Order: sequence, then C-alpha cells, then structure tokens
Amino acid sequence: MEFGLTESQEFLKDSARKFFAGECPSAEMRRLMETDTAYDPTLWSKLTDQGYTGIIFPETLGGVGLGKVELMLLMEEAGRALLPGPFFSTVVLAGTILDAVASLAHKNKYLAPICRGEVRATVAIVESNASWNPRDIHLSVANGKLTGEKLFVSDATVADFIIVIARNGVFVADSKARGLKISPMRAMDLTRKLYAIEFNDTPAEEIGSTANLARAFDIATAALAAELVGGMQRTLDIAVEYAKTRKQFGKPIGMFQAVQHQCADMYLETESARSAVYYAGWALEENSPDAATAVSIAKMYASDAGRTVGNRGIQIHGGMGFTWENDIHLYYRRAKGSETAFGDATFHRERIASLVIDSGGVSAKSA
Amino acid sequence: MDLNLTKEESAFRDELRAWLADNLPKDWNEWREKPIEESFPYLRAWQRKLQEGRWAAVSWPKEYGGRGATLMEQAIFWEEMARVEAPPMANSLGLGLIGPTIIAYGTEAQKKRYIPKILSAEEIWCQGFSEPNAGSDLAGLQMEARLDGDQYVVNGQKVWTSYGWIGDWCELVVRTDASVAKHKGLSVLLVDMKSPGVEVRPLRQMTGESEFNEIFFRDVRVPTENVLGKVNDGWNVAVSTLMYERGSYGARLHLIFKRAITRLIELSRSVQRNGRPAAQDPLIRQKLAQCSAEIEIMRFNQMRAFSRITATGVPGPEGSIQKIFWSELNQRLQQIAQELLGPYGQLLGGDPRAVDKGIWSYGYLRTRGNTIEAGTSEVQRNIIGHFVLGLPRSY
Repeated sequence: MEFGLTESQEFLKDSARKFFAGECPSAEMRRLMETDTAYDPTLWSKLTDQGYTGIIFPETLGGVGLGKVELMLLMEEAGRALLPGPFFSTVVLAGTILDAVASLAHKNKYLAPICRGEVRATVAIVESNASWNPRDIHLSVANGKLTGEKLFVSDATVADFIIVIARNGVFVADSKARGLKISPMRAMDLTRKLYAIEFNDTPAEEIGSTANLARAFDIATAALAAELVGGMQRTLDIAVEYAKTRKQFGKPIGMFQAVQHQCADMYLETESARSAVYYAGWALEENSPDAATAVSIAKMYASDAGRTVGNRGIQIHGGMGFTWENDIHLYYRRAKGSETAFGDATFHRERIASLVIDSGGVSAKSA
Repeated sequence: MDLNLTKEESAFRDELRAWLADNLPKDWNEWREKPIEESFPYLRAWQRKLQEGRWAAVSWPKEYGGRGATLMEQAIFWEEMARVEAPPMANSLGLGLIGPTIIAYGTEAQKKRYIPKILSAEEIWCQGFSEPNAGSDLAGLQMEARLDGDQYVVNGQKVWTSYGWIGDWCELVVRTDASVAKHKGLSVLLVDMKSPGVEVRPLRQMTGESEFNEIFFRDVRVPTENVLGKVNDGWNVAVSTLMYERGSYGARLHLIFKRAITRLIELSRSVQRNGRPAAQDPLIRQKLAQCSAEIEIMRFNQMRAFSRITATGVPGPEGSIQKIFWSELNQRLQQIAQELLGPYGQLLGGDPRAVDKGIWSYGYLRTRGNTIEAGTSEVQRNIIGHFVLGLPRSY
C-alpha cells in the first residue's frame, strides 16, 4: 500500500506547478480576470501543448490517457495558480461527461477536438431552483428542441458548444444556435465567469442518457475539490510568508500564538483536504465501491476548509488582507464559487448520510 | 499511489489473521470491564502468547525479536487487532515507546538486559517525563540527578505516569547539569522502580479512575551504567520517545472510532427526535455524516504520513497533525453521542437505565483528556508552526 505519489505523478505535479507559475503568474491572472471572458487563446494553446486538454481521455481520441489521481494533481496546481478561463468547464466538466455518456461517433465529434485544444465547451446543469441534485432538473427536450433556462453556467461565452443536462437526456447545443441567449451573471469569482442561458426552441443533438452522468459528476466534483486544495495551499503560503515578515510590537506576528496557531490550523485543514482528494482520485480510478462516498467526503471537507482557510488567511493579514491588491481575496472568491458548485458541504453530508445511515454503509476500503 | 495491499502486505495480514484465528482468547469480554489491577495478569499472558508468535513488537528489528515490519504492515497489524477486538498488551509503553528508544540509543549490554523482558511482559515499563512544574515545558523539568561516584542520586517528583503502579522500570528524564541551557542539561536514566526511595501514589482523574500516578524520588541511587544515550543528551532521547508516541495512532484508532460511529448510527434509528427516529432528523444526519467523513480522513492522513515517513526515513513533526486530528475528533464524536442520547447520556455504568453500560458518559469525560495527554493541542500547534511552517518560536 502506497499513499505517496509515484515518480511520474510527482513529475507531472512539479511540471504543472512550474508551467502555471511561468505562463499564468499573478499579474497575468489579474489581467485576465479584468476581461469579459477571462479567456486567452495563447494560454489555451500552451495548455494544449502540455497535453492538459486531453489529460484523462483515451489516446485514440488524441488524449493523454492518464488517471484520475493525475487529474487531481493537475487541478490542484491549476487551483494554486487560480488559473482563469474555461479549463474546468471544457476539459473537466464537458470532457468528462462526453467521455462517460457519448457514443464513439459523438466522442470523435466533440471530445477529440477538446483534446486537440480546438474547441471550448461548457455544461449547463442547474436551474432556478439552484439544486445540484439531478432529480431537480426540469428542462426537457421535445422534438430535438430545448426550451427553458439554465443558470450558473461557467464560461459560456467562450464555449463553442454547450452540453445541456435535461430531464430526459444529455444534449449538445451549438452556442450560436437559434433561440439561445447567453447573459452574464455577475458573481464573486472574477476568474471563472458565470452565465444564465435561455433556450427557446433551440435545436440540440442528443448524445446520451442521464443514467451514466453520476460518475462524470463525481470526477468533476473531486477535481473541483482538488482545485480548492491548491487554492488553500497558496493562501497558506501567502499567509505564512506574511506572518514571518510583518512586524508588530517589534516582533514578526507569526511569533504570536494567536497567529501561529491559525497558520497551524490552515496547514491541518489543507493537508486533510489533500488526503481526502487524493483518496477520492484513487477510488474513482479504481472504480472502488466507496468512490461516491470518497468524493463526497473530499468535496464536503474541501468546501468548508476552503472557506475557513481563506478566513484565517485574510485575518492574519489584518488590514492588508482586506485590500484589493492582495491576491488572497481572489482565492477567497474562487473558494466561495467552488464551495457551492456541485453541492456544498451540507449537500454532501446529506449524501454521505444517505450512503452510511440509510443503506447500511459503504465504507472506505480498509486493509 | 496504490492503495491495494502489496503481495508482502497481504501475506503479512493473512499470516496474522490465521494466527489470531487460532490464538485469540475467547474470554476477553468477561475480563474487559474488570479493574485493570485484576485483569493485568491476563494481559501479561496475552502479550506472552503474542510474542510466542513474534507478534508483540512487529515494528522492531528481527534481531531484537520483532519482524522489521514496514509502517504499512504496522498499520495492518493494528487494524487487525482492532477488527477482532483483541485485548491490549500489558507492556504497551515498553513495546511502543521505550523499547524502540532503547534499541535506538542503548548500549549492547542495555539492549541485552532490557529488551527480552519488555517483549515477554516480565518487566513492565513506565515513563517519568512530566513534573508538577514541567508539563508542556518539558525541558524545564527540575528532577535532580547528582553524580556520586558511579551512581546518580535522584530527587524530585514525576506526575501523569501511566502504569506507575505496576511499573518495574522507568524511563526517567532528569537534570544532570543545572548550569547550562535547559535543553542541554538533561539525561535519561533507566530506573528500577523497586529501588529504595521510590514511592508511587495513585492520581485520581476526573473519570474517577486512576490510570496515572505520581512518583516521588527521595535519594534514589541509580548506577551510571543505566544512563540511556549520552549524559546531557537526554532531550534528544526523550523527543525520540515522544515521536513514537504521536506517530501511529490514526491507524490504531480508525476502526475503534468507526465502531463507535456505527453504534451511534444504530442508536439514531431507535432514538426519537421530534416525533421520528433521529436517523431521519436533518441536523443529526449532518453531524453523523461529518463525523463519519472525518474518521475516514484521519486514516487517509495517516496513510499519507506513513508513505512520507517511509520515503524520508524518520517520523517528523507532521505527527502533530495526527494528534490534533484524532483527539479533537474523538471529543466531537462523544458530543454527538451526548446530543443523541439527551439526558440518558449522563448516566454512568451501573445505572440500570444507562445506555451501553455507561460507555458514552465515560467516553465524554475520558476524551476531555485527549487534547491534553501526549502533548496538548497548543503544543502540537506550536510544533506545526515552528517546525513545519518555519514560523519563529513563540516560547
């Protein structure tokens, strides 16, 4: 049993960290967040050159064929850099759903261009009831036409196509299709733009049934938790650095236990979230019977910890933490968006409860 | 990353399971609720039996009677022991903490003298570390050891000594040089508890039990050959013991906590809350789920830490995460039990209406000590702050 990363996993993580630090440093991230889309075609082609756009997809489709643990590591590093733009929407969300539900013909048509970096995409799931439970989806498709509204759709204006989760199936609509109207939702996280989409008799192509969505949702949920871990790590690093250098009463503030112990708690929460995310990645990769529970454990813990680590990080900075120029609030904003996306901690605790209380329990794999 | 057992790990587990199937005592349930003074010979016999199969100290090197087990195998060992609800071993401090320290720092003569009797539970060991004025600030301890010929003369008081009442030998931290900085003047002595001048008194704790003792030393003579490690290098020897203490609890506690939460989930189906089973109450469901999840995360943290130690070779200050995590989690678990049981939660063992023979009222009180014993949560956070994050020392 080995819970450490393999050499090639370490290599992937290291090179991703260097790549994001080089190609998307704080100044670039801030430049992109001030644009309407937070999308940069040059950065996208560099992500493609790294193989990131096809990371977990089959080589036959132009992907790299790596596993879910590797996806977690990449997302952790993307989260550390607060990578702006449609990477999560396109690769993790749309890509994973296509991989899970689509036929080979549809994969060739939609997923292969994602792997090759030729298209951007997103997925429309939630409706006005704001529920992440697929049972609460009302929009249905009749005669190949979509009518209704989807909310909180990330990166829709740069998407070439939009995957729509309907009551009666999974559909693809061209983003320029007739009767499709995209309007921005002004949200906290400036690096991942959200939109409302209205469909009015919009033509759409059915690509699969909703029956196979659960696993794709689980992969995306775990990846989002991984991204949160990266953000927590960055927040911790910034806060510890500040606590070492900022002086009050003639001493570095990190010398005061009221500050130091906050840092220790940030570390404990970050490490614990990371353990849970890596385990979830492994359980998904192995198709372990406890994979769904593991994903909920990871998202539950990371959702709460992402917020509390952010709170502590800002508090440690005092007034500086409340300024626009300090990056820490940008992570705080992303953490709030990611906390609610794919279900917040309360949502996932209820899912764990239904798994461990109601059905007698599928527990994590023990030796 | 591969969480499947390796071939060697599976073989280790299968061998242990087979051995336990043949040797696990069937009558432990009749003994477990008796006072430890009464059950102690039983625990000694169990440890002896384990060592006949070379299972008492699996982490120890083979040449000293162990199996040279990897950390993962040690985790498997504790999980299997918890799974079958095996009795504890009599000499748990000797096996877990003091033996490994003697193996690391002892002379050949010391190893030969002490190690076999630790394994056989013939000599029970206790730890003389904390003093009334040296708790978290352990290095500030005052117990004096004055050199007189080829003997040290020891005077002072120790406190919070587990197994003091039955201990044959004590790993005792003393001050051998009062003229240097506090960390630099300490030494570790191996002290025969039957020496003249040693007096052991029970310390009654808030649960009403006496797990711990106070020990008084008055002109106790200890031969210089009983110094463990170098004279005035006692701080390093003692810290090494403390690292063993914090290292592996996550693996041992996972199944124990899991059994507790499983029982609480079971109870939640029969306890009524707002006219329906508590298992259907949204707030209770949230709390049970949070606790179940954290029990799993405790284990994930432990496994990751083991992999890191295996890669780097030494248990590090990250053990402090484990200590904070399990102790605070255990307190939250007990609080959920109290909420679930309402007024029944306070009933002590012996009351006919007590739930599960009073284990929940006992647990509530006993776990209050968890964030204090083996290094307070505050000290653990200091360790993380300074040694892991590199913040300046706060004390």
